[in-house]
Amino acid sequence: MEKQEEQEQQKFDWRRYVVVFFITLALFLTAVYISNYFNNKKLDQLKSIQDKISIDILSSETQFSLLSELSCKNVSDTVLSSELSELGKKLEWGEDNIGKSEELTYLRKYYSLLEIKDYLLMKKISSRCGVKSAFVLYFYTTAENCSECQKEGIVLSALKDKYPELRVYSFDYSTELSAVEAMINIYKIKDTKLPALVVDDNVYTGFRSVEELEKTIKESFKLQEAIPENTSNKKSS
Amino acid sequence: MSSVSTTIYFILTFLSVYVQVFFLSVFLDKRKKILVRKGTIELSEYPGVTVIVPCYNEEKTITGTIESLLDLDYPKDKLKIIVIDDGSKDHTWDTIKKFEEHQNIKILKKENGGKYTALNLGLKYVDTPFLGCLDADSFVDSQALKRIMTYFYDSHVMAVAPSIVVDKPKNIIQGAQKAEYDMAIYTKKMLAFLGGIHVTPGPFSIFRKKVFEDLGPYRHAHNTEDQEIALRMQKNHYKIEHCPDAYVYTVAPNSVGKLFRQRQRWIYGFLRNVIDYKKILFKKKYGTVAFFTLPSGIISVISAIFLLGMVFYNIIVFLINKIIQINIAGFSSISNFSFDWFYFDTKTIFFMSILLYSSVVFSLLMGRRMLEGKIRFSFDILYFVIIYGALAPFWLLKAVFNTIRSKQASWTLERDVGLKLDAN
Repeated sequence: MEKQEEQEQQKFDWRRYVVVFFITLALFLTAVYISNYFNNKKLDQLKSIQDKISIDILSSETQFSLLSELSCKNVSDTVLSSELSELGKKLEWGEDNIGKSEELTYLRKYYSLLEIKDYLLMKKISSRCGVKSAFVLYFYTTAENCSECQKEGIVLSALKDKYPELRVYSFDYSTELSAVEAMINIYKIKDTKLPALVVDDNVYTGFRSVEELEKTIKESFKLQEAIPENTSNKKSS
Repeated sequence: MSSVSTTIYFILTFLSVYVQVFFLSVFLDKRKKILVRKGTIELSEYPGVTVIVPCYNEEKTITGTIESLLDLDYPKDKLKIIVIDDGSKDHTWDTIKKFEEHQNIKILKKENGGKYTALNLGLKYVDTPFLGCLDADSFVDSQALKRIMTYFYDSHVMAVAPSIVVDKPKNIIQGAQKAEYDMAIYTKKMLAFLGGIHVTPGPFSIFRKKVFEDLGPYRHAHNTEDQEIALRMQKNHYKIEHCPDAYVYTVAPNSVGKLFRQRQRWIYGFLRNVIDYKKILFKKKYGTVAFFTLPSGIISVISAIFLLGMVFYNIIVFLINKIIQINIAGFSSISNFSFDWFYFDTKTIFFMSILLYSSVVFSLLMGRRMLEGKIRFSFDILYFVIIYGALAPFWLLKAVFNTIRSKQASWTLERDVGLKLDAN
């Protein structure tokens, strides 16, 4: 009888199953912890990039208002543009992979604000210093409510690569930021008519293909070249 | 849909890691008891053993097999060999006839009926207290039988399984299998410590004759009779051990096609045997085999197939996105690619998967250490992970598909027979 009991015990040892479960759980929680640690580091990285860009924009604005036309020589705009778009890509990746958290919503608002400041600054620089550039304001929302938005995003990325002087500023319609809401009101963007593009104060709704947009942008470049001529004419006369 | 699949992915990964941690816990507990002998040993007594060698169209390999048996370091008068030609269509019979002159070899010929029928015919002629089988394409190490017999000193042990080793791998397919068989030495020993072995491999498992007297002869068992007899033994609480230093060399399939067909047959047999023995699952009195071995086999089948589904899904989504991109913006838009550490995957699942793969490699290295005495990294491990990772989901899928089809066929048969009986 004793031998049989011993055999039974050897055959089934509850304790081992429970202990292994807790060890596996501990390993699992360690993986969660490591994942969180890396995700937080990434968010910190985003934050520091945004702080840096914010300082750069503030510095350019201050520079611009301190000195008048003379500051055109010192203005460097191309670096800022690529940094901003890189930041935009990382933010999007974060939203897809880390998930919408409070941190990311805050970073998204900060980013939208930086975009608006950059837009205003670049418009001033372009008109005063005659730097060739075209501006597109792009309003989109999440994939569930706007099926064309992802495609439009691809079109705009392709155009950005082709024309380095083109500056595209994207705004999520649902960003709860007064500045974004102000822009939405100014151009009367409706959430039923997304994606919406604004070029030279003209609002275009619905999906626009590469060829269509290219035409519009080229016209915008031409429009710009016409303006400095007028100001220099005015001066001479 | 995505959150459901993520949850399932998490659960399956968790369970897979659980299985590996379980093996590790047994290893840490019992590693002092792992017995690997290097030289020759002497036994206090040498019981009689009969080895049955069924063969079908094995004219090329049967000579090597029989010679390795004759070379066994065991008293010649205590070792009997029965070679059975299961209706071969080649010169197998002529080849084995040459061995007739040996005192301890008996040769028989029968009509083709399948391996289990040949084994059962051999069973009828066994008059020794112990018996074993050997596949005609495998050969034994000279010390194997003596080392196995030492496990029978424990009167509770009814069968002992050997360690199967791939003989001289010549290409990466065979190399990958070598790595897998090395890992099997480890997992079998761990299962043996807990009484959870679920297969007594065809090549050179040794049984007490009493097993077949009590439980009956081999059954068809979907061509995996070596697994079925082990499950039958477990159901009747017969103890099965594993001898890690008894080496049996086998020739592994040398092409992807052959490997695929072999594994598909094995998994099909496994699934059907599990269905036949489903009554023992998760019943405490059947111990480890019911709670751990069989469920972990089922989990690995489900996990591999699920993973395949996910990989397919991800590839298709990726391709669709690329096609949309090309449609809208031309080929140039997909050519720019730059790497930034930021985009590196840091989800929890990623770290869990790393853990899982590391533990599998650990099992492999431990098995290899039992075999060779030291831990050795080799490219075989890489081939194993890559080739099995790519192929296994497919042969598992095919096996599952065949199982479902055969089950449907048997239900239809039952229904038709039932109707016929009613009509009569």
